[in-house]
Amino acid sequence: MKQLLSGNEAIALGAYHAGITVATAYPGTPSTEILESIARMEDVYVEWSINEKVAVEVAMGAAYSGARAMASMKHVGLNVAADPFFAAATTGIIGGLVIVTCDDPGEHSSQGEQDNRHYARFGKVPMLEPTDGQEAYDLMQWAFDISEQFDTPVLLRSTTRLSHCKTVVEAGKERKTDLRRPSFTRAPEKYVMVPSNARVRRHAMEERIAKLRTYVEDFPLNQMIIADRKLGVISNGVAYQYAREVFKDASHLKLTTIYPLPENLIRRFAQEVEQVIVVEELDPFIEDEVRRLGIKVRGKDFIPIIGELTLEIVQGGAIKAGIIPAPKKSPKKVETAPPQLPARRPQLCAGCPHVATEYVLRKLGFKSTASGKELQEGELVVTSDIGCYTLGVYPPLAALDTCACMGASIGQALGLEKAGVPNKIVAVLGDSTFMHSGITGLIDVVYNQGSTTVIILDNETTAMTGHQGHPGTGISARGDKVRRVEIESLARGIGIEDVNVVNAFDVDTLEATIKRSININQPSVIISRGSCPLAVRSKSVPYKVDTDLCVGCFDCMDLGCPALIIADDVVRIDVDVCAGCGVCAQVCAQEAIAKG
Amino acid sequence: MKDVNVLMVGVGGHGVILASDGMAEIGMENGYDVKKTDALGMAQRGGSVVSHVRWGKHVFSPMIKKGEVDFLLGFEQLEAARWASYLRPGGVAIVADVVVIPISAVTGKVPYPSWDEIQKILSQHAKAVYLAPASKIAQEVGNPRAMNMAMLGFLSAFLELEPEAWTDIMRRRLPPKFVESSVAAFTRGAAEAKAIMKQRR
Repeated sequence: MKQLLSGNEAIALGAYHAGITVATAYPGTPSTEILESIARMEDVYVEWSINEKVAVEVAMGAAYSGARAMASMKHVGLNVAADPFFAAATTGIIGGLVIVTCDDPGEHSSQGEQDNRHYARFGKVPMLEPTDGQEAYDLMQWAFDISEQFDTPVLLRSTTRLSHCKTVVEAGKERKTDLRRPSFTRAPEKYVMVPSNARVRRHAMEERIAKLRTYVEDFPLNQMIIADRKLGVISNGVAYQYAREVFKDASHLKLTTIYPLPENLIRRFAQEVEQVIVVEELDPFIEDEVRRLGIKVRGKDFIPIIGELTLEIVQGGAIKAGIIPAPKKSPKKVETAPPQLPARRPQLCAGCPHVATEYVLRKLGFKSTASGKELQEGELVVTSDIGCYTLGVYPPLAALDTCACMGASIGQALGLEKAGVPNKIVAVLGDSTFMHSGITGLIDVVYNQGSTTVIILDNETTAMTGHQGHPGTGISARGDKVRRVEIESLARGIGIEDVNVVNAFDVDTLEATIKRSININQPSVIISRGSCPLAVRSKSVPYKVDTDLCVGCFDCMDLGCPALIIADDVVRIDVDVCAGCGVCAQVCAQEAIAKG
Repeated sequence: MKDVNVLMVGVGGHGVILASDGMAEIGMENGYDVKKTDALGMAQRGGSVVSHVRWGKHVFSPMIKKGEVDFLLGFEQLEAARWASYLRPGGVAIVADVVVIPISAVTGKVPYPSWDEIQKILSQHAKAVYLAPASKIAQEVGNPRAMNMAMLGFLSAFLELEPEAWTDIMRRRLPPKFVESSVAAFTRGAAEAKAIMKQRR
């Protein structure tokens, strides 16, 4: 049956039909929907792991028993999971283990761009990459077969465009049912990586890759299309689709085995055509390998190394490089300058529980960027990490000073303090990122006698990726109620004495608590707690501005709330947008805002 | 069967994704190869939403090339203007009666353009610009969220498929309590488009 599936849904269905019984993940765009899809299927254990490292460890443990297991994550997630990933590459597995890495060329929703194809070579692990949803489905079956045949984890790479693009998929298989019964067979020489065993395994890894080099030569999903022999285009992933459309008449070599590459197939293709080019997103991964084979090749001299490709980028580059002729111009329209239009940046939602805390931080840090107000140097340094609250870096909140990676705010704050920065330092992070990797930083603060104030912006969900559970929510990946790990008890348990839980919508108490905490010489934790309005779909009575009382000071506009509008020099509230949180009423010195 | 390239643009909450999903599904059921892809830009948090839908014999790229969009469906007027240059010469712009003023237009230097200005920008690229009373229709059928269905209805008047091809799938896929109002909005949208086209002739 033909279905319209996103790349992520196709990956999930492919894994399900391949017979996985264990699926783990930490949410992260663009990979989140893989586990969400599997969580709707039966007879599979699914979990939101606390972080990607644990996700791979759980999947690896399952695969040691002979089960087929999968861990999925975004590109930077594999950085977190790198340790067990390399370990799994060393020990090998018994059941199939597939690690799905979803890269984000163009950083649609990421703090950085990286080409995770390098992990395959780095870890000496085979990598497959589909060019559409159908191949994503098909390759999952192959990935598990390869994993078991060669006793190795397999990487399956996707990208944002592929993961989130819907294409027609014919899911030809039924769920594999002849599954092994899970059992663990003792084999310390394989599973216990003391140096003497690890040295032996190193040889096994090299032998494995050598065998895989032969195997990929006949891999059926690599495809050579010989047409016009003047130009031969090698491509992979979604770039293949652009290549087929831009170089319509050329010969093509589509590669789905990214590591190892089928060297003889590439050589054969190069012999068939006069000129070889490689069209690939991000790094010249394939191009460098082709060049290493002694083949004359072009690619990154006209295809950008940065960002996501599009048809116009590939075509424009190829025309400039003289590879294809410029299209004959139809009677040219007068090119007009692009119109000046106001930008539409993402912003914190109306009723967002992060707004009041970030407003107070900005106020205490004297970092006003609101219109008509002078920007002043902050006396407070606010380290942050990644979540919805990172949007508070934009004006008018402009409350944050750093964002590197998840959980990093606490360690960074301690580093600034130990280096001797004279400012007061506050670390902010979310409830989910605190669980992910903030807790280790906080233990470090306790042990190393820091005095950082850590604010956990607890909206009781993983909001940015679409409201997944985490240990602090007590809701499992299948939506069941499970034991909740209470953040305040956790903080007290590791030795933080000053633990405060504050209503995230109470501006005065937030301000008083933060002021007190930054001025005491010991570490503090402030949990600013309030539900994400999108998660609980709550909406109270909207607020209203008494336009007779409003003097047009626009202090409330510092909140950056999408419900607040300026009209005729006074502020008004859009009742359709207002969530009724009441934070604006608290910051209005004129008391002009009240429940409507 | 003619290839069809539709770019749907708007802001979070207007049902752009649901509309483009539906359109892709309809294409598939009627024998097209289809691809559809979104650029979300953290839409739920006030950012813009862009959805590419392609119907064809064999579709390669999920994204439509700049200058090759047949129909630009603007669920919000500023967003329609922003994407005007993606239209092919001879393309059609269909824009909803919806304005969402971004915070940058409230606090910044560049104001929100008037409908006249937006129309001018669109006319530089489009053969025809239509103002679709989608929001008005949605209010009138008693389901404000059916604005997207009114837009699909408006678009359907320009395409080959019979109205039933659209409404059948709406009946199958939408939650039962939204079906009648959605079909009504779709039908009203299609009728509105035909009426305007007749008038212009």
